[in-house]
Amino acid sequence: MNHSWRRISAITRKELREYVRNRPVLVAVAIFPLIFLIQPVVLVLKLPTEVAVQLSQRHLLLYMLAVPILAPGILGGYSVAGERQQESLEPALTTPIRSDEFLLGKAIAAVVPSVVIAYLVFSLFMGFVLLFAPPGVGPGLLQPGDIAAQAILTPLLAAAATWISVAVSTRMSDTRVAQQLSLLGCMPLVVVTSLVAFDVIPIQDTPLVPVAVLLLVADVVGWRLVVPLFNRERLITGSR
Amino acid sequence: MPDGPALTAQRLTKRFGERLAVDDVSFEVARGEVFGFLGPNGAGKTTTVRMLGTLIAPTSGSASVLGIPITRTSGVEIRQRVAVMPEVPGLYARLSVRENLECFADLYETPDPKARIGQALELVHLSDRANDVCGGLSKGLRQRVALARALLSDPEVLFLDEPTAGLDPAAALEVHQLIDGLRKQGVTIFLTTHRLEEAERLCDRVAILNTSLRSIGKPEALRDQLFKRSLVVRTAAPLADPDAVFRGLPGVDGWHADGVASYVLPVTDASMAAPSVTRALVAAGAGVLAVGESQHSLEDVYLELVDESRPAAAS
Repeated sequence: MNHSWRRISAITRKELREYVRNRPVLVAVAIFPLIFLIQPVVLVLKLPTEVAVQLSQRHLLLYMLAVPILAPGILGGYSVAGERQQESLEPALTTPIRSDEFLLGKAIAAVVPSVVIAYLVFSLFMGFVLLFAPPGVGPGLLQPGDIAAQAILTPLLAAAATWISVAVSTRMSDTRVAQQLSLLGCMPLVVVTSLVAFDVIPIQDTPLVPVAVLLLVADVVGWRLVVPLFNRERLITGSR
Repeated sequence: MPDGPALTAQRLTKRFGERLAVDDVSFEVARGEVFGFLGPNGAGKTTTVRMLGTLIAPTSGSASVLGIPITRTSGVEIRQRVAVMPEVPGLYARLSVRENLECFADLYETPDPKARIGQALELVHLSDRANDVCGGLSKGLRQRVALARALLSDPEVLFLDEPTAGLDPAAALEVHQLIDGLRKQGVTIFLTTHRLEEAERLCDRVAILNTSLRSIGKPEALRDQLFKRSLVVRTAAPLADPDAVFRGLPGVDGWHADGVASYVLPVTDASMAAPSVTRALVAAGAGVLAVGESQHSLEDVYLELVDESRPAAAS
């Protein structure tokens, strides 16, 4: 079945315009990355030079992978529930757009800003470490493998978190509840990335590419799983 | 114009759990017809529109739009050729009027969207408000934006769910003129409304629904079907012997008093009965104030038909 990219991009463009003008959503999306930036920055400043060798054997940088997971939790949570709340879902669904196109448009609109924010936060952190960290800490912390993992896994994790949050959003009519439950739904991903970052789950020998492929497959499967949850009749009439 | 009706519904039924929203409704709407769908709140009007607009599936029965049967897979094909203006405008409140329309022009994959948006805005007289944020518009203006949005795709069938709800009389008149214009272009219009004068003025035929279909036909035919034609006679003073005046007059089936110096005469043909009634009154020396045909409004028909205690009329 062919998808109409014009219809998909119409939804994406509309969503992005709405996010930019929706202060509560903007503030919520900005707060989480800031929290994730402040804490490691303070930590890095306090690190003694002697720990540089220890740092090179750990993957603390992957802690930052929580950013592309949490931002879509807020945006994806808003996506369908927000439409229901402002009663704009029915007019959109009277057009020829199909459910999978509608959801893909929504998902892209949640993933794109989340990835941009995640890369931005990560770049700021790297810049800060290179400029202000004690000698030896920078090279220990900024390992090429971790930077590559951050770059490649960020959009894939953002997409996975987006599908979790969009799935939650299809079941909710209140945006705040949807966002809170979406964040809760994304927590398992945060837990996994944190456990990797703190070496509870050892990944030293795991090649990056299979992990990325696995996540990509999970993202596509996520999209296909969320589509049946998007029950037009229930969403429009509120029937069970 | 292609043959065949624009809309058909055959024994269309919709249940939400235990609640029966639409029960066994059948009708046809011809291409280019303005069809009114009347009924009280909760009668199933919006549910019917949603079924025909392929937003929700019927529980049983069948329907087709522009000859395309409504199935699980025909939704996109149907929605490309129809437009629905829901009761609630449902605009993107943070977006401007133009941005709202741009989004929908793309959803309909409208060719030359910029020109089409300009035309739609002109039709609803909103060209000068194109850059206003929709959240700041009055209810009436939002309604007009929703109408412009429905016109973007140049639909063959337009479903209008209470299009003048919340509009002031002047704005409602503009909508009426717009509907008249669309009718002239051959657009089939399915109009649900509470405003009976609106239905009477705009619709070629009306259907009256109260979960099941109560009646369907031209407004004047419904009146004739439900109410016997009658003449209303008013005189300056009560007649001394009304029975002697009215009995035996051609076309007059009887009489009854309707207040002081006012009489109602059931007639078979008002145009035939009125002259003889007038002559008889003059011959009896009565001061004739008025002899006229009794006018039952569509409202009378509606109130009679939506009465829950009456069984549904076969249609």
